[in-house]
Amino acid sequence: MWTLGPIGFTTPWLLLGLIALPVLWLILRAVPPAPIRRRFPGVALLLGLTDEKAETERTPWWLLLLRMLAIAGLIVAFAGPVLHPDTRRPGSGPLLVILDGSWASARDWPARIDQARTVLTEASRAGRPVAVVSLTNLPEGRLPFQSADIWKSRLPGLAPLPWSPDPKALAGWEKGLSGRFDTYWLSDGLDHTGRMPLLAALEAHGTVTVYASRHPVFALRPPLFNAGAVDLTAIRPEKGPATSLQVIARGTDPNGVPTDLSRGTIRFSAGATEAKLSLNLPAEMRNRVTGFRIEGERSAGAVSLTDDRLKRRKVALIAGAQNQEGLQLLSPLHYLREALTPDAQVIEGKFDDLMMANPDVVILADVAHLPAEQETALEAWVRKGGTLLRFAGPRLAQSDVSRTSEAPLMPVRLRAGGREVGGAMSWGQPKRLAPFPEGSPFFGLAIPDDVTVREQVLAEPDPTLAARTVASLADGTPLVTRKRLGQGQVVLFHISANAEWSSLPLSGLFVQMLDRLAVTTRPEAPTAAELKGTTWQAKILLDAFGDPHGAGEMPGIAGAALAAFHPGPETPPGLYAAGDRRVALNVIGARTALAPATWPARIRVEGQAVAREKPLKGWLLLLAFALLIADILAALLLSGRLRGPRAGAGVAVILAALAVAQPQGARADDAFDLRATHGVVLAHVMTGDAQVDAIAQEGLLGLSEVLTARTSVEPDPPMAVNLETDDISLFPFLYWPITANEPLPSAKAYAKLNDFLRTGGMILFDTRDADIATGGSVTPAGRRLQEIAAGLDIPPLQPIPRDHVLTRSFYLLQDFPGRYDGGPLWVEAAPPDAVKAAGMPFRDLNDGVSPVVLGGNDWAAAWAVDGNGNFLYPVGRGAAGERQREIAFRFGINLIMYVLTGNYKSDQVHVPALLQRLGQ
Amino acid sequence: MSEPATAPHLRSRAEALAAPLPPLLAEAERLARAVMLGAHGRRRAGMGDEFWQYRPAHAGDDARAIDWRRSARSDAHFVREKEWQAAQTVALWVDPGRSMAFSGDPGRPTKADRARLLALALTVLLIRGGERVGLADGRVRPRPGLSQADRLAEALAADTPDAPDYAAPATTLLPPHGRAVFLSDFLGDPAGIEAAVLRAAGQGTRGVLLQILDPQEEAFPFDGRTIFESMSGALRHETLRAGDLRTRYLQRLAERKALLNDLARAAGWQVFCHHTDSPAASALLWLYQALERRR
Repeated sequence: MWTLGPIGFTTPWLLLGLIALPVLWLILRAVPPAPIRRRFPGVALLLGLTDEKAETERTPWWLLLLRMLAIAGLIVAFAGPVLHPDTRRPGSGPLLVILDGSWASARDWPARIDQARTVLTEASRAGRPVAVVSLTNLPEGRLPFQSADIWKSRLPGLAPLPWSPDPKALAGWEKGLSGRFDTYWLSDGLDHTGRMPLLAALEAHGTVTVYASRHPVFALRPPLFNAGAVDLTAIRPEKGPATSLQVIARGTDPNGVPTDLSRGTIRFSAGATEAKLSLNLPAEMRNRVTGFRIEGERSAGAVSLTDDRLKRRKVALIAGAQNQEGLQLLSPLHYLREALTPDAQVIEGKFDDLMMANPDVVILADVAHLPAEQETALEAWVRKGGTLLRFAGPRLAQSDVSRTSEAPLMPVRLRAGGREVGGAMSWGQPKRLAPFPEGSPFFGLAIPDDVTVREQVLAEPDPTLAARTVASLADGTPLVTRKRLGQGQVVLFHISANAEWSSLPLSGLFVQMLDRLAVTTRPEAPTAAELKGTTWQAKILLDAFGDPHGAGEMPGIAGAALAAFHPGPETPPGLYAAGDRRVALNVIGARTALAPATWPARIRVEGQAVAREKPLKGWLLLLAFALLIADILAALLLSGRLRGPRAGAGVAVILAALAVAQPQGARADDAFDLRATHGVVLAHVMTGDAQVDAIAQEGLLGLSEVLTARTSVEPDPPMAVNLETDDISLFPFLYWPITANEPLPSAKAYAKLNDFLRTGGMILFDTRDADIATGGSVTPAGRRLQEIAAGLDIPPLQPIPRDHVLTRSFYLLQDFPGRYDGGPLWVEAAPPDAVKAAGMPFRDLNDGVSPVVLGGNDWAAAWAVDGNGNFLYPVGRGAAGERQREIAFRFGINLIMYVLTGNYKSDQVHVPALLQRLGQ
Repeated sequence: MSEPATAPHLRSRAEALAAPLPPLLAEAERLARAVMLGAHGRRRAGMGDEFWQYRPAHAGDDARAIDWRRSARSDAHFVREKEWQAAQTVALWVDPGRSMAFSGDPGRPTKADRARLLALALTVLLIRGGERVGLADGRVRPRPGLSQADRLAEALAADTPDAPDYAAPATTLLPPHGRAVFLSDFLGDPAGIEAAVLRAAGQGTRGVLLQILDPQEEAFPFDGRTIFESMSGALRHETLRAGDLRTRYLQRLAERKALLNDLARAAGWQVFCHHTDSPAASALLWLYQALERRR
């Protein structure tokens, strides 16, 4: 292909014909236009007349130019001009196809695979050996060059992985490359470390072509809990135009069914790479959030799982009798309150009230005895998964709780009295803490030197004591013991919760220990030190598309490995758990920065150029044709044939030819009519309220899709109808949502509507308030409906009888819910003389299809889907809600079947009679 | 003629030839009916069939002339006079030249068609009025009677394959003191026309010149390089800009009309210019009145 600027020619040698143009010019110039022969009796009078001027023997220059242009247009057209030609030359030799295979390439993975397939097809045609390599999943050893067809069959098996390529692995891999090969790199559009060195290494082996998708990358940073609200940050690598994204908070409803808890809109202003959203979630709901995701973005970067950081545990504090008013620093609860308040929701009060609040943790500070019924309630609560944290104290030490036998709410038996070390009346020094043993939830925590214990309660030696001890003093006496009780646990600190017995409550270690016991949760990500020594089990893993999966049999991960918060093959992104604590490892961390991949100018980047290859041949031929037509007209004009006899006919023929050549001059109305009549089209009336119109449009779209999936009715995309201007007679069915302040149709529109109703159209009126005309109290929308319907030719109505055709035109239905359930449905009243034939389940209601169906269940909202087929508006709760939506769809299908087939199903009752008459 | 003269062929040609006759005659009669029908008396006593008046008999009247029935009702004798009815002889000449075969538009009749139609319609009218009508070129001698219309129609429809482009009026059978009607476009040599008219005037024949023109011949709507040919192709005129010729052509046409007018005035004839796009009835009316006026 020969290119000239942005235009290439497929058969450039034809352009040599342009050389002939000057010759043609001379020839055409020399030849005057051919004369017309006319029979004319008046010639007798003409004899002897001579022309006054003779210079028009030659063709005028502008006509010549016109012809030259036309011929030049033809020559150039047949030379096959192509705008922005694809100048890729089929290469030779081995081809390496590189896929980034990262989370960012998941956003348009099918397109990438298609592109790769195109490349492989070309390579297969050229017989080039191909290797396909995903940078996140590098092959061992030599490049796996194989025939392109083999790779093509493997393409569907390739999947992106939810992390970025590992620079170290890349560096090792690129050293092993050898031989000459070209590279086709399907980049995910993000810069990553090791990309430029890899590019340099690949260029050393051959040419590199890059495919960069234009699909923008959006990512979501982990949510931050900030002053009662959840702060969400969306980022993008490049400054772009103003965009808004929908962010959904996923979580479980109170019944444990996953659902969308909340949603918000993040708006990128133009030129910004970061956008923020503050979601105000009630604490109850916030604790149920499992993650956030950018709606419609299919990549792990657009998903952020939440862990304990977003949760606020509810901690109930119960202290023993407080008779020492005013001595706040001595209060057994003071230090607990101080330690817990920042990170947990602390509640105090009467025991019964506290249990009603369903706390996560109950802390008993120096409480020896509880009333029997309270103790039973508490034990039941622990067995259901609660954490009971007890602190010792003078009262517990002096009581006989768990003295002779182990109390259910105590992890160990206690010796009477406790012990005092390092006090004024004792011999020993205050004891330090022994390092936490492995297996202890506190394992790995650093113990400050200044933490000493002066007094404690002592555990009675027991076979289970060692197993239940999770922290002990330097001399081996247990400091913290724990036992499992049902699904919950009981933990006893053998010291008091205030600073009387030890300095532990004064130290930071105390907070960390509470943290490890999942009593408190921290808004910051746990640090490496905090994670040291823990083992984490993956609960949920994200794939590159951001979909959660179970972790399966994945081995536990050491906290230290997790602490880097760097997703990779060893630590795939997901939700990890250790005991009751949960840590989310997201693809995008709080400080992850996205940088766009920029490529050196010498690298050919495909996919980004807006200019696609565009053949110009047709346009040039059209131009040449138009010029030739103009030439014909001009020649006719010059030679006088435009004014002679039959000239009108000739001009008419030419104009007709032009009209045939350009049939696009159709009016916009025709486009509307064509769309409406191309197939079955569901339509809704425009109410003037943009949101209601949008819901109606989305609802009909959802219904159309369901109809297409389940029935042989395959409607075209729904249309909005303006009653005043559009022709509604083209539609079989109109959905008319009623708003309270909807304008009344004009007289002309009423005439159209009445025609529509009389000639077999059907309107579904929806007041969208689940409440149509209940006795005397009419809703505003209902009142408006009455006003609108006053001008319509509507027969008497009745609530839908149980044997109406609508209840069985496709599905068997008795309820017609939409987003609401239970509102009545009104249809044309059955004739009073309708009777039920013997042995027939239905009355004989053969004739008359109800021209209107009235209700208020807001069906469109139940049907509404977005462009991706996701439901837009919640219906009901949980499984019952899904069922209600399903029934709503069934109602829609029944309705459209009723519209399209009329009383066909009702006529079915005659089948036995017909068969009998046919002698069957 | 190279075609075989088999009987069926001959017959089909004969039928094709005969086909125009009845419609032409029918149309001519229809046209004639529209103009006038009725008594064609001379408004004076004379030879005739129609009663004119009773007058008192005076000396010299033949006794047979006395109307006894009228005289018996009074004392005097009355003579019954008849209206003088003298049959005129009208000679028609329809230009057989090829130029008459021209029509500027397929929707318009040719000049020849129009001329034949007018001639035949006039014939019908005149014959109904009791006149004798014939062709000036002698093919049909003047005779009264309605069958004369048939004979004229046949003669007019006959082909004249070797006719010249422009024909001069024939004067073979001009009735002295009769009437002559020349239907032509008068685009040919004016000398022939002049000679014919003067000769007719010389023998006391008066008449009318009906010039039949196509609208294109009046308007000359041509432009560009054009070769104009006469209908047979014998005359040619080539021009590079037909549009330039228009004014001069129209001037010449006006001169030709003026010439005809002068000629007619000198001979006591009347001239009328009829265009084929105007209704034939108007021309027929004029023709009839022109013949009626100065009888």
